[in-house]
Amino acid sequence: MTDSRQSPPTSPTAAPTRRAENILGAEGLSGLRGKTSRRGFFPWLGLAWVSITAGFAMLAGVSLRFLFPNVLFEPPSTFKAGFPSEYEVGAVDERFKSKFGVWIVRDEATLFALSTICTHLGCTPNWLGGEQKFKCPCHGSGFYIDGMNFEGPAPRPLERYKIYVADDGQVVVDKNSKYQWEKGQWDNPESFVSMA
Amino acid sequence: MDLFKEQVNRLFEPATFIGLSTVGFFMLVYSRRVWSTTSFWVGNVVLTLFFGLSALDPNFNKVITKPDNIPILIMVYTAWWTLWLSMNQAITNDQRMELGLPPDEQEDSGKKVWAWPDLVYTELLAMLLVGGLLVIWSIFLKAPLEEPANIADSPNPSKAPWYFLGLQEMLVYYDPWLAGVVFPGLIVVGLMAIPFIDFNPLGNGYFTFRARKFAITWFLFGYIVLWVVLIFLGTFLRGPNWNFYGPYEYWDPHKLEALVNINLSEYFWIKWFQQPLPSNWMIREIPGFVATLAYFSVVGFVLTKTYLKQMHQQMTTIRYGILMTLFLSMMALPLKMLLRWFFDLKYVIAIPEYFFNI
Ligand code: FES
Repeated sequence: MTDSRQSPPTSPTAAPTRRAENILGAEGLSGLRGKTSRRGFFPWLGLAWVSITAGFAMLAGVSLRFLFPNVLFEPPSTFKAGFPSEYEVGAVDERFKSKFGVWIVRDEATLFALSTICTHLGCTPNWLGGEQKFKCPCHGSGFYIDGMNFEGPAPRPLERYKIYVADDGQVVVDKNSKYQWEKGQWDNPESFVSMA
Repeated sequence: MDLFKEQVNRLFEPATFIGLSTVGFFMLVYSRRVWSTTSFWVGNVVLTLFFGLSALDPNFNKVITKPDNIPILIMVYTAWWTLWLSMNQAITNDQRMELGLPPDEQEDSGKKVWAWPDLVYTELLAMLLVGGLLVIWSIFLKAPLEEPANIADSPNPSKAPWYFLGLQEMLVYYDPWLAGVVFPGLIVVGLMAIPFIDFNPLGNGYFTFRARKFAITWFLFGYIVLWVVLIFLGTFLRGPNWNFYGPYEYWDPHKLEALVNINLSEYFWIKWFQQPLPSNWMIREIPGFVATLAYFSVVGFVLTKTYLKQMHQQMTTIRYGILMTLFLSMMALPLKMLLRWFFDLKYVIAIPEYFFNI
């Protein structure tokens, strides 16, 4: 093999060399080789690096944006749930379970809204009236009617949502605020409606 | 008959079933005679008799003929076949080596066959057979598709894909981040770590049991008892509300089972010291921290003096530490099961304030 830097290969590969000349100017490939020193190579490498990173960053940004759609077809997080007098003592109201993910429970003194999300791994428990408990079908966690966990793996009680009586006398449940027992938030007057 | 069925149902209660499987597993692994050809067929006949006769029971039949559950049936058999095959060869080799002969595999290793046509033809045939089987399977057993998902309505029971049922069973005893993230991660990482922890050249390229008792026993324990048996349990014995149902029991969604359980902190402060729970979680959970630390350090240390004395001497401390961490994490599952079954213990450390529960 001869030194191709000084003498460009002849006839068989002549065509590619000519094309290279068009892009790189009169000196062709050999000119480029001469000009790009080892030092001069690094700025180009840097530029390539930066642009690739920028490209990936943009892709990542676009993908992230995709996670926040412009329109969400979700039921509103605040809803009206009839008049307090409609609720019977000791009953679990399941009317809002499938649409809003809320049980409304009335005990002697209060009315409160329980979240239907199991605190173990997020399945939806069922209310078993006969046994007076919420029972999760996924790993068997059980909760009393007030939401306290008493069996199975659930580490904490069901969460409660903000509930109040609006000016028109109807009960309103606001899922934007939640109240967790383990943080002592069930005493918060916003977490129940007093029926006394 | 009903009385008999009831007895069998009892046998399959999680505590008894997993306990008996463990005992059975150790008896199998440690008795050399079990791995003869006769016992291979005995095992198959026993399994077939169990499934075949049980299929006469309407309740069992319903569960076993579900299209999702066919793979588990196949798994039960193949687990037995592969276990038998490897143990059989290991025992054969052990006997040969006692007589001063080289392992069985050495005779084979000298022989060569052609990739073409021998290997390629075998592969082609296997491909056609498996392909045909899958076509037939997909025609006769429909994919178990259900109605569109609805967040507000989890099917009862909600079962993971069959190969994850062991993990789902683990979730009954542990917090989701442990049973759903840490332990599965540890299983994968731990399996990958084996070649880096275990430098013992014995058994490379041939089967042996005697030279690798610890490694084989505990690997198989994790695989058979903590994976296959748990999948079996999750598939056939867990029904509505993730309650336990015996094999011949009707899946009554209103079955009542008392499973009330409490945390270690409640045992410690309320039951033993008759005090209210301390309000500061760091103080409240001290017994749990101590118990967990003690489990990992003391048990690991005691083993260096007893069961693993020899192994510990041959290993660096770091390697032994890694091995122990992995090993004790694995044993944490059966341990937690025992604590739940016999002491109704929910969590050793329970810090719901920070979603940290062990
Ligand atoms: S998700 Fe409810 S018990 Fe696991």
